[in-house]
Amino acid sequence: MTDVTSERSRFDADDQGWFGEPGLFGGRFMPEALMAALDELTVAWQDAMADPVFVSEFELVLREYAGLPSPLFHARRLSDRVGCRVLLKREDLNHTGAHKIRNVLGQALLTKRMGKKRVIAETGAGQHGVASATAAAYFGLDCTVYMGAVDTRRQALNVARMQLLGAKVVPVESGSATLKDAINEALRDWVATVDHTAYLFGTAAGPHPFPSMVRDFVRGTGDEARAQCLEQYGVLPDAIAACVGGGSNAIGLFTAFLEDDEVDIYGFEAGGDGVDTPRHAATIHAGDSGVLHGARTYVLQDDDGQTVESHSISAGLDYPGVGPQHAQLAHSGRATYLPVTDTEAMEAFSLLARTEGIIPAIESSHAIAGGLKVAERLAAEKGPEATVLINLSGRGDKDMGTAIEYFGLGEAGQEDER
Amino acid sequence: MSGLRVASAFETARAEGRSALVGYLPAAFPDVEGSIAALRTMVDAGCDVIEVGLPYSDPVMDGPVIQRAVQHALDGGFRVDDLFRVVEAVAATGTPTLVMTSWNPVERRGVDRFAQQLDDAGGAGLITPDVIPEFAGEWSEAADARDLDKVFLVAPSSTDERIASTTAHCRGFVYATGIMGVTGTTQATAEGVAPLIARTKATTDLPVGVGVGVSTGVQAAAMSEHADGIIVGTAFVRTLLDHADDRDAALRALRTLTEELAGGVRRA
Repeated sequence: MTDVTSERSRFDADDQGWFGEPGLFGGRFMPEALMAALDELTVAWQDAMADPVFVSEFELVLREYAGLPSPLFHARRLSDRVGCRVLLKREDLNHTGAHKIRNVLGQALLTKRMGKKRVIAETGAGQHGVASATAAAYFGLDCTVYMGAVDTRRQALNVARMQLLGAKVVPVESGSATLKDAINEALRDWVATVDHTAYLFGTAAGPHPFPSMVRDFVRGTGDEARAQCLEQYGVLPDAIAACVGGGSNAIGLFTAFLEDDEVDIYGFEAGGDGVDTPRHAATIHAGDSGVLHGARTYVLQDDDGQTVESHSISAGLDYPGVGPQHAQLAHSGRATYLPVTDTEAMEAFSLLARTEGIIPAIESSHAIAGGLKVAERLAAEKGPEATVLINLSGRGDKDMGTAIEYFGLGEAGQEDER
Repeated sequence: MSGLRVASAFETARAEGRSALVGYLPAAFPDVEGSIAALRTMVDAGCDVIEVGLPYSDPVMDGPVIQRAVQHALDGGFRVDDLFRVVEAVAATGTPTLVMTSWNPVERRGVDRFAQQLDDAGGAGLITPDVIPEFAGEWSEAADARDLDKVFLVAPSSTDERIASTTAHCRGFVYATGIMGVTGTTQATAEGVAPLIARTKATTDLPVGVGVGVSTGVQAAAMSEHADGIIVGTAFVRTLLDHADDRDAALRALRTLTEELAGGVRRA
């Protein structure tokens, strides 16, 4: 793991949390009441990352409890189909089924180190909530999860999971009663409880130090994948791909490859019904610079700066903002962000299930859809030796309700009609 | 039109040996004309300074009562231009009128343009609860160019260093949050806020107003022993919500509450 305090790269944020040119992306736009806590967290995180004891504790819990490192899998039938090598980083095999376990175990371990006894979290579809409840149970912390009331109804199974794990789930009725409002409510809780409570933020967004801290906890995805690719195939990939909502799985994969100029980096945003319609979550592609949830970044907003509701078939990508480092990587041109529609994502969802026997999260299906397009192009340009590495950031069990509805599944004897 | 700044209102109150009463309502709640009528009633019944809130989709510092009013304004089609109409109508009474806003709507309009429109409407300045001076350089420049008031917040959790650096950037007054929490949830106490006010006054000659957690005349009286201004929001909003179906009754109740609070700041 990289020591963040001693080796700051041109991709790292400065002391105020700006990525790239100061003032453009990042920062800490938060009430004064939280400034002392954010300063305290920044110091604690930097000390922890520089402390070999913390780093080895983190690595141990990732290995023994979360099942890491996750395999790098050569998807042979997909590779045959596109004409070059397609590798999948199998974060779907992690405990709780996604990359998110890395982030929550890191933040919960840090919470214990800081001597706090309570954690709060926001969740959209419930994945980060379940991961937070899991980490809280593992470390013996009190846990409250804020979840939009609309989402608690859509995702009752995940509400039950969190409750079983001992967490309190608070439905949020304000605003659009979805993820962004759950974040607002968690921040309001934190303003009142900050002396004894840690906020386990679910993605690499929010005020400094969250975008950098979350990146440090999830970057194992890319560190492992880069080493595995070199060890197993003797080359770096020509391109890497991940889906981007808030952007934690993507920054987790990208970080290890940022200095590898020969590796093209692709982030795939939720294009929903299409970026020419109002129903999408393609924040970088279609948003404008603004401040949301503590950072300056790209935001889906109207002419008055009011946040516009996003849409995606994937709840995990349905967020009108994006982590500020992604905004900077897009701005600088180091990474390319493209939209993938609901339809394209669901085709990839079905394709991966049938070709490789893996049911991916619909979030990750956006990366599969976009990554395969890149692979087809690279196969045409460079031939079968080209390599594309895609982050399979989560498994699709949670999405079966959506799949049943979308494909009209679930009635035996109907298989041939698909 | 260039309006009054808040310093004049605090000076008047100080000369009268009392603290100033600062009253808040969001613009366009229950609608644009309704908010103007409500704020003018509050001026008439004894508010020394008015704060007009800019309804925003994702406020962090607002509790459930103000959120309901803000959502109502947004659902009713609030636009930022409506805010300036409300400011203009209230400032025309001669009472200093500030805008309280989350940061993004200011940035979206363009900080300098927002400041110019605020100045043109006769507004006194901005209260910015979700941005600290270190991230508000552009606003500071725009405000300094027009001598607009810049009100930043200090909190019980603020270090002495942060209080000093924050008050150095304020003009008009300093907003001290009475509790750790959002608006309209927990009641602040005079004993609870006294240390923060003392720490703040140690760094500045500016008046210090206390808000968040203040809703009654009794509280206003007790806090006036420490603070130069008493800021009330949720209690006014709740009064309007409680009389949502009868505007005349709402204005009468608003007058009664304002008079109770104005009496409170004079009892200390």
